[in-house]
Amino acid sequence: MTALRTSRSGRAGQYLALLCYLVFLAFPFLWLISTAFKPPRELGSLHPTWIPEDPTLGNFRQAFDEQPLLQAAVNSLIAALAAALIAVVIATPMAYVMARHRSKLSTAATGWVVVSQAFPFVLVIIPLFLILKNLHLINTLFGLIMVYVVWALPFALWMLVGYVRAVPRELEEAAAVDGAGRLRTLVSVTAPLLAPGIVATALFAFITAWNEFFFALVLLKTPEKQTLPVVLTHFLGAEGVADLGPLAAAAFLATLPSLVIFAITQKRITGGMLAGAVKS
Amino acid sequence: MMRVRLMTALTAALALLLTGCTDGDGSGADGKITLRFQSLAWQKESVDANKELVKEWNASHPDIRVQYVQGSWDSVHDQLLTSFEGGEAPDIIHDASDDLADFAYGGYLADLSELLPERLKDDIPQRSWLTATFGKGIYGVPFLQEPRVLIANKKILDSSGIRVPTARKPWSWEEFRQVTKALTEKMGPGKYGVAWPLKEPVSLTLNLGLSAGGQLFHRGDDGKVTIRFTDGDGVVPGTVHDQVNADKSASRSTLGMGGSDTLPGFFGGKYAMVPLGFSYRQQIVQQAPKGFEWTVLPAPAGPDGPAQGVSPQTLSVAEDSPYKKEAAQFIDFMLGPQNMVRLAKGDWMLPTGTQALADPSLHTEKNGWATGAALARDLRSAPAQSVRGYPEWKDKVATPALQEYYSGAIDADELEKRLVKDGNLVLARYQR
Repeated sequence: MTALRTSRSGRAGQYLALLCYLVFLAFPFLWLISTAFKPPRELGSLHPTWIPEDPTLGNFRQAFDEQPLLQAAVNSLIAALAAALIAVVIATPMAYVMARHRSKLSTAATGWVVVSQAFPFVLVIIPLFLILKNLHLINTLFGLIMVYVVWALPFALWMLVGYVRAVPRELEEAAAVDGAGRLRTLVSVTAPLLAPGIVATALFAFITAWNEFFFALVLLKTPEKQTLPVVLTHFLGAEGVADLGPLAAAAFLATLPSLVIFAITQKRITGGMLAGAVKS
Repeated sequence: MMRVRLMTALTAALALLLTGCTDGDGSGADGKITLRFQSLAWQKESVDANKELVKEWNASHPDIRVQYVQGSWDSVHDQLLTSFEGGEAPDIIHDASDDLADFAYGGYLADLSELLPERLKDDIPQRSWLTATFGKGIYGVPFLQEPRVLIANKKILDSSGIRVPTARKPWSWEEFRQVTKALTEKMGPGKYGVAWPLKEPVSLTLNLGLSAGGQLFHRGDDGKVTIRFTDGDGVVPGTVHDQVNADKSASRSTLGMGGSDTLPGFFGGKYAMVPLGFSYRQQIVQQAPKGFEWTVLPAPAGPDGPAQGVSPQTLSVAEDSPYKKEAAQFIDFMLGPQNMVRLAKGDWMLPTGTQALADPSLHTEKNGWATGAALARDLRSAPAQSVRGYPEWKDKVATPALQEYYSGAIDADELEKRLVKDGNLVLARYQR
């Protein structure tokens, strides 16, 4: 009985801790939503409220009036989707080879992938700019997508190698014993088990590209090509002054696609993670 | 079979997507010149003013078209540097004078000395030209500037019976300290005479320090700059430090805040005054509760009067631009007296041009325009903006040292030691 009570109180404590963590994580987003619906005078209040006292859509109207948010969202969507798709298409077969055929080369390649993550933006941006300029890809979404693919590829590869290793090799061997060829085994046995990992990797690449600011700022010059993170900075002035209401409204809208995609794919991702956990 | 179809469809979609993304770089096949003008205007009124002016220029100059490109104050330095290195910089560049030194010395910006018309040269005072003069060249046209002013709660100020300062007769720094002490006592516990937003303490300290004779950066006969800390350099930091730590007449919690963050407390009657840039008035007009009365006061002055350092907004021309003459013509158009007034009003700042500054609409009492306009003649080039190595000194030495000093973590001797000793080591690396 005592043990049961301890267990119940322990469980309650766990839920409480989880709730605190959730509140901690959700606080900025909820505050963003609250700010997006507040009129300017409420934004300057000494005693701000969670629920706007005089809710308004004025910030959204102003955001859309002042900046080409829709065009920027389309650009971001194209760049992020294409980058995610290409990164996954390239990384998946590479990851399979690196995970299944271990050699000094694959170990070195994995090491290089990890090291390549250490290069900061500012170190690569000027050489990258010059390369893209020579290829006439400055101020093109295609050029930006290529950069995003290159930027996301190492980590995507690293992630997928882990997922491939989590798929039991014995399953492939069993398929081979049953007479399946290499392609058949990959398509019918490995790919379905790898799907959650691929989705998770694609999601990572998508969110990385969707949120990316600096490359887009430097590589895209004309307003009709700019992506959402760049357009959002147009609500910022010098010395950190901001047009807070429209900025919050636009930022809220910019966050939605990531949330929606994550909500849709979340079940598959956790499924994939659990599958890996059971194996180990 | 289904999978094969799916893969084919995906590949086709991707190919379609990517072919639709490439740029059709439309350079002028009709022989017309197109100039790219990157503006950092961000507030609606300011963006509208800039776009209207570009539209008017394009209507009257069909052979020299200007394309408006929206830039951003955030990361503008890195963005421009990359564009310069890649030979893709805009022709006309909007920036601030304190960001120009590296670009000017690096050869990225055109020397405008011979390109600008006499009208524009004569219209802008020499003290403003100095903000964009590096070596012997002029690398930007300073056109908008803002003094730092005290935004005050009018009711609290009026009820205190304290002498209200004017641009002609501002408070001295010592008087200001006594005023904030008196206001704090009158306002009661939890309230303060002043709230210093010192998230970025360096430019505020240096720029206001000019009024007390502070200079900190001294250029020798050999052209090299060294840092020396004189009595004048200690007046502003000393006043702020004592208000926070000794008198408790300045809020400690705002030391880490930006200007906007202090406004709710100001509107709520928690602070009687907030030292802010002149353009913050727009936010105050937008956000102040109904019936809230506020006024604009000049910043305190020292023996040298109400002098202040400023880093005006500038228009420059890229050295790589093949159309420098045309770009300079456009700048001359943008900064004609009436147009400069429109830009100033859009940004809630002061124009540098003498004729524009004389415009009656910038001398009304409403929203404190008159106080700001009266301060314009005392605005000088910010002390450190042409010093190479200043950004590193600011980030690595001065910002942490001043933040620690203002919060009471270190004393004045330690502050001086860090600013001078550590600072000179930084500057020396840039002046070998």
